[in-house]
Amino acid sequence: MRVTATGVSVTIDGTTILDDVSFTAADGRVTGLIGPNGSGKSTLLRCFYRIIRPQQGTVHIGEHDVWRVPARRAGQLRAVVAQDQELDNEYAVRDIVAMGRIPHQRLLERESTADRAIVDEALTRARIEWAEGRRFVTLSGGERQRVLLARALAQNAPVLLLDEPTNHLDIGAQLELLELIRELGLTTVAALHDLDHAMSYCDAVVLLHHGRVVAADDPVTVLTPQRLADVFGVRGATTTHPLTGQPHLVFAAPRSERELPR
Amino acid sequence: MLLTVAVVLAAAVAIAVGTVPVPLGDVVAVTWAHLTPGDTERSLLYDQIVWDFRAPRVLLAGVAGAGLSIAGVCLQALVRNPLADPYLLGISGGASIGAALALSFVPAAIAGLGVSGAAFLGAVVSVALVVGLAQRAGRVAPGRLILAGVAVAYLGSAITSYIQLQANPGELRGILFWVLGSVAAASWSDLPAPTVALAVCLLWLLVDGRRLNALTMGETSAAGLGIDVNRLRLGLLAVASLLTATIVSVAGGIGFVGLLVPHAVRLLVGPDHRRVIPVSLLLGAVFLILVDLLSRTLDRPNEMPIGIFTAVLGAPFFLWLLRSQSGAVR
Repeated sequence: MRVTATGVSVTIDGTTILDDVSFTAADGRVTGLIGPNGSGKSTLLRCFYRIIRPQQGTVHIGEHDVWRVPARRAGQLRAVVAQDQELDNEYAVRDIVAMGRIPHQRLLERESTADRAIVDEALTRARIEWAEGRRFVTLSGGERQRVLLARALAQNAPVLLLDEPTNHLDIGAQLELLELIRELGLTTVAALHDLDHAMSYCDAVVLLHHGRVVAADDPVTVLTPQRLADVFGVRGATTTHPLTGQPHLVFAAPRSERELPR
Repeated sequence: MLLTVAVVLAAAVAIAVGTVPVPLGDVVAVTWAHLTPGDTERSLLYDQIVWDFRAPRVLLAGVAGAGLSIAGVCLQALVRNPLADPYLLGISGGASIGAALALSFVPAAIAGLGVSGAAFLGAVVSVALVVGLAQRAGRVAPGRLILAGVAVAYLGSAITSYIQLQANPGELRGILFWVLGSVAAASWSDLPAPTVALAVCLLWLLVDGRRLNALTMGETSAAGLGIDVNRLRLGLLAVASLLTATIVSVAGGIGFVGLLVPHAVRLLVGPDHRRVIPVSLLLGAVFLILVDLLSRTLDRPNEMPIGIFTAVLGAPFFLWLLRSQSGAVR
């Protein structure tokens, strides 16, 4: 299912956070939302979560206007891995993943055999099945993100929304999570801080700056040295990883005194 | 199941024990006689003690304990703060003002309302004030809710203190008793409002227990799971306010139950609200019935305000429970 925003504007307390934002994330692809702090990435995602209602414009999952379908239906259309990894909760991993079935369960309906099978499969796909009986708080940051990813998978939604999923993870856990997300093959929209991750793992990126879309295309086309200078104020360049042959981004501050003479 | 038996047992024992002890057999006989049609032979003295004095009192203690515990569960889930209790919304502050006024200066002016009516009115006004201050464009922000509630509660207690200073000693004792909470004066007519409120709220909560679990995972998580977070929050606010206001207006500001019972229950059965809600209901009822029993038997025939005992007995028990849960993080 495609994910689209059309002319979305959001103003909070007189400050314009998003200004006429439109983008389309293609079916089955990983689309990155990138931009500096305060560029509106999270706010744009929160419109899709039904937490912030745009004053103008619409957000759609496939044919469905997210704000015009019932809340429960929205929970069947898109799953969310957000930044709130609540530290003080006592739930076991399996209980948390089972919450992914909430949008599919009717009032007073109990967890069915089918629900349990879906939860099992979600745990396996997120490679966290070994921890199903553990309490969430006892897991590492990377393991917690995989639990929240498993919960999202248990929702069986065609679209996955991620808000900086690699935040606070060590580099090994970051790459492992991103590889996993790619393998899932779902339509994915992820706000990403790390531009090199966006370069390596996204099929397309949407570059936001001051609440507007600056560019939207494949990462190599969008992340030019000129744009990195204009939007992020850094000197960026593309290089090739000597072991993998893949393109990567490297950065330098505008004027660095530690530079070698060339 | 075990707890349901405990509630019935605690209630029966609490009705039997008192300044005039009634044999358990007679308690059952009198209750049976009142609940079934036809005229059975029974002792008139026991009948009066059991049915007119102790039964409504014990039942009110049970309903109040259950209701305050459920209100505590709702508010702790709503604001995700372990210190949340039923009086978070400033309800007791507003109710105290109403009750204190009715018990001292202006009994004539609000005579039509009675102490309960005045307290209920005070509670409703303070909830309206707190929720009004905490909302922004129809959305309730938990952080603002806590701050607005605390501010209104302080305001309420300041005004109540002032009224107490101005009251004569007889009135002062009445106000103090009310503020600390008591079910001593319970009659059958006090029961319907809190009982109906409790039944309505339970029905809604049992339907929505799963959503409470999701809400405790955070706003974004809950919204992502297809839950209308704002509507759920408003529902929880309504439930907690309704329960607390109806209970406070007939039983005064019984403290600590609504804070302690939900935590104790979570330590015992885990965080799942589908278990926390029914267990809190029953444990809250048992706890307050037994505390009330102690408050009227320890210093017979004098009565102590129940609110003193909820803390005196509850705090050590809770601290012991907290320490004995070695694996728990909280």
